[in-house]
Amino acid sequence: MSFLQHGVPLSWYLLLSAVLFSLGVVGFLIKRNIITVFMSIELMLNAVNLSFVAFAYQWHAVKGQIFVFFVMMVAAAEAAVGLAIIIAVFRVRATLAVDRIDLMKL
Amino acid sequence: MNQSLHLWLIPLLPFAGFLLNGILGSRMPKWLVSAIGLLAPFLSFALVLNAYALTSISAASCAGCGPVAAVVLPYIETCPLPWFAIGSLHVDFSFVLDQLSLVMLLVVTGVGFLIHIYSVGYMAHEEGYARYFSFLNLFLFFMTTLVLAGNVLVMFVGWEGVGLASYLLIGFWFQKQSAAAAGKKAFIVNRIGDFGFLIGIFLLLASFGTLTFSEISAKLATNPATNPALTGGVLTVICLCLLLGATGKSAQLPLYVWLPDAMEGPTPVSALIHAATMVTAGVYMIARTHFLFDRAPIALTTVAIVGAATALFAATIGLAQNDIKRVLAYSTISQLGYMFLACGVAAYSAAIFHLVTHAFFKALLFLAAGSVIHAMGGEQDMRKMGGLRKKLPVTFWTMTVAVFTIAGFPPLAAFFSKDAILYAAFVRGTGGKILWFVGLLTAMLTALYMFRLWYMTFFGELRTADTHPHESPWSMRAPLVILALLSICGGWIGIESLSSYLAPSVGLHPAVSSTLHLELILTVVAVLVALEGWLIADKYYRRKTERPAQLAAAMPAGYNLLANKYYVDEMYDAVLVKPLFAVSRYVLGWIVDTGILGGIAWLLAGIASLTGMILQRWQSGNLRSYAAWLAAAATAVLLFVLLAQGAIPMAEPLTRSLHFTGAGH
Repeated sequence: MSFLQHGVPLSWYLLLSAVLFSLGVVGFLIKRNIITVFMSIELMLNAVNLSFVAFAYQWHAVKGQIFVFFVMMVAAAEAAVGLAIIIAVFRVRATLAVDRIDLMKL
Repeated sequence: MNQSLHLWLIPLLPFAGFLLNGILGSRMPKWLVSAIGLLAPFLSFALVLNAYALTSISAASCAGCGPVAAVVLPYIETCPLPWFAIGSLHVDFSFVLDQLSLVMLLVVTGVGFLIHIYSVGYMAHEEGYARYFSFLNLFLFFMTTLVLAGNVLVMFVGWEGVGLASYLLIGFWFQKQSAAAAGKKAFIVNRIGDFGFLIGIFLLLASFGTLTFSEISAKLATNPATNPALTGGVLTVICLCLLLGATGKSAQLPLYVWLPDAMEGPTPVSALIHAATMVTAGVYMIARTHFLFDRAPIALTTVAIVGAATALFAATIGLAQNDIKRVLAYSTISQLGYMFLACGVAAYSAAIFHLVTHAFFKALLFLAAGSVIHAMGGEQDMRKMGGLRKKLPVTFWTMTVAVFTIAGFPPLAAFFSKDAILYAAFVRGTGGKILWFVGLLTAMLTALYMFRLWYMTFFGELRTADTHPHESPWSMRAPLVILALLSICGGWIGIESLSSYLAPSVGLHPAVSSTLHLELILTVVAVLVALEGWLIADKYYRRKTERPAQLAAAMPAGYNLLANKYYVDEMYDAVLVKPLFAVSRYVLGWIVDTGILGGIAWLLAGIASLTGMILQRWQSGNLRSYAAWLAAAATAVLLFVLLAQGAIPMAEPLTRSLHFTGAGH
């Protein structure tokens, strides 16, 4: 098999990344629980990370891998802040349904 | 030769006084305010005197003067930093001291200082004491700047500045509606004149390329009618524009209307600004730019006609006024007309002579009137005065000197100056005879209304029951006495010596004094005419006091015309002010502002709020709908980019997108 000799082709990684990203988008759009929405965001971020690493490997460019670290760091920070917000919202509103958190609506 | 006169200190000292009193005045004790307010003009006066002494040493042949270096006029002082330089145009803050500005400065600072002293007594009980003195010092700052200016633009700065000071001081009692309105009127009417002055400045710049007086004069002298730009039409237009400026500041026809209303200000202000100094700025300006007027005969004739017409016109109004200050205001306009008349017959030194004597006797008249008003507790209506001769002896005697002076009796000051003007007019061709006659008629009217004022105020019985007139404090009496002495002696210098002194600045006096007989005859005629005016006043206002009322009743139309000042204010109101207001309110206010501009604003606001109403539907507050829009938009952008890259056939989407991603390498 060719991938045993040449490794996995780039397109496979990208396909996997696209699938993961789409799953993240769909999850984001259809889920009501804010924690699930949050996890969907993480899924999208990691799908992007995957394509970064794949491209970096393909083009022998280290920049892409460095970007991954940035994304991870931002994701970690976002998780910390986001979870704090979620806890604060839950304490006040006693709900985690995103549809119910709409005080800013006109 | 190298002795510095420190001209820049002459304006700046009053300016320092203005700043100190203006900023700290309300927190300082009254004596300190007075001290600062008096010290500034006094030091300026001392500097001017010093300059006069130093320059006259050089003029006289003085062998034993020793270490004192002589100063030669004109003496120029220029600020080391230029004001501005645009292309070939350089304008500096330059001060020039020559014979003309020296004489003017002596009057401005000298009379100004006396009026400052008077103000200490007159304004003693006023609320805004420090404000008053700071404005008065500010006026002196701008006035001395105007006088010392070495170029037209610096003069314009002073010109506008005195207008500002005048506005502030007319409206000194700004709580009074009429005072505030009078201040605005003065300011706005002066704007019309300043418009002319500005156009004149621009034309000067366009035709000469410089604004310095001496350079313009030199260019005119070296181009004897060879350069068409420097002769004929352009010069006439420039001079007429300058004349418009002068009529505004000096209250001549047709812009005189602000001066009578300016009497709303405190009386010392009327004396200083609206009689002795500021209103003579127009005369000074014409004398300063005489080299232009000399070459523009049409403009010069216009000056003479304006002057003569104003002199007669204002004098007739003065006959029928009952407010003591208004009589003096019309008298001032009339006397300024004399000065313009003198300028118009190219007798600039006669104009300056009359300017100086007028500064003395008119300041005296105003200050004495102020003393009367002070004694009457603010009453200005002469019909309620009378019999004040015994109650106010100092005021009475000084006023008497002033009245006899302005009427033109020898050997008082105005006799000489008025005589010089009338003589200069008489020897100026056929047209000059008419001017002379108008001047003579005015002289009689002047004597008439001044003696009318004198009789109504000081003779007969006091016509108000519950007032107890009292003589003013010494700070008011001392300036009266000094000014009375000056009014007596001020003319003794004589037109010959003054004109020869002023000759380097304003050119030679045109009148030749060879026809001594003619001069004598004219003098006798002028004195007889003044005497006639006195006799009429004596008859009507002392011996038969019921006659004026009968006369007014017999000729109601004529009397009302005079008493209502020829309805000029009403006419201006109907012809200019009302239409302007109507245009402003209806055309500009309703149609342009509310209709067009407001309509556009409403339209824009309507579009914005309508768009907002539509767009706010996106703001559902539903997080997932936001996310869906985001995803849709991202997809749209992605599709667009791929389309633009020509990747839509999708033959090899992967490699294409690889190219796309790798484009950064």
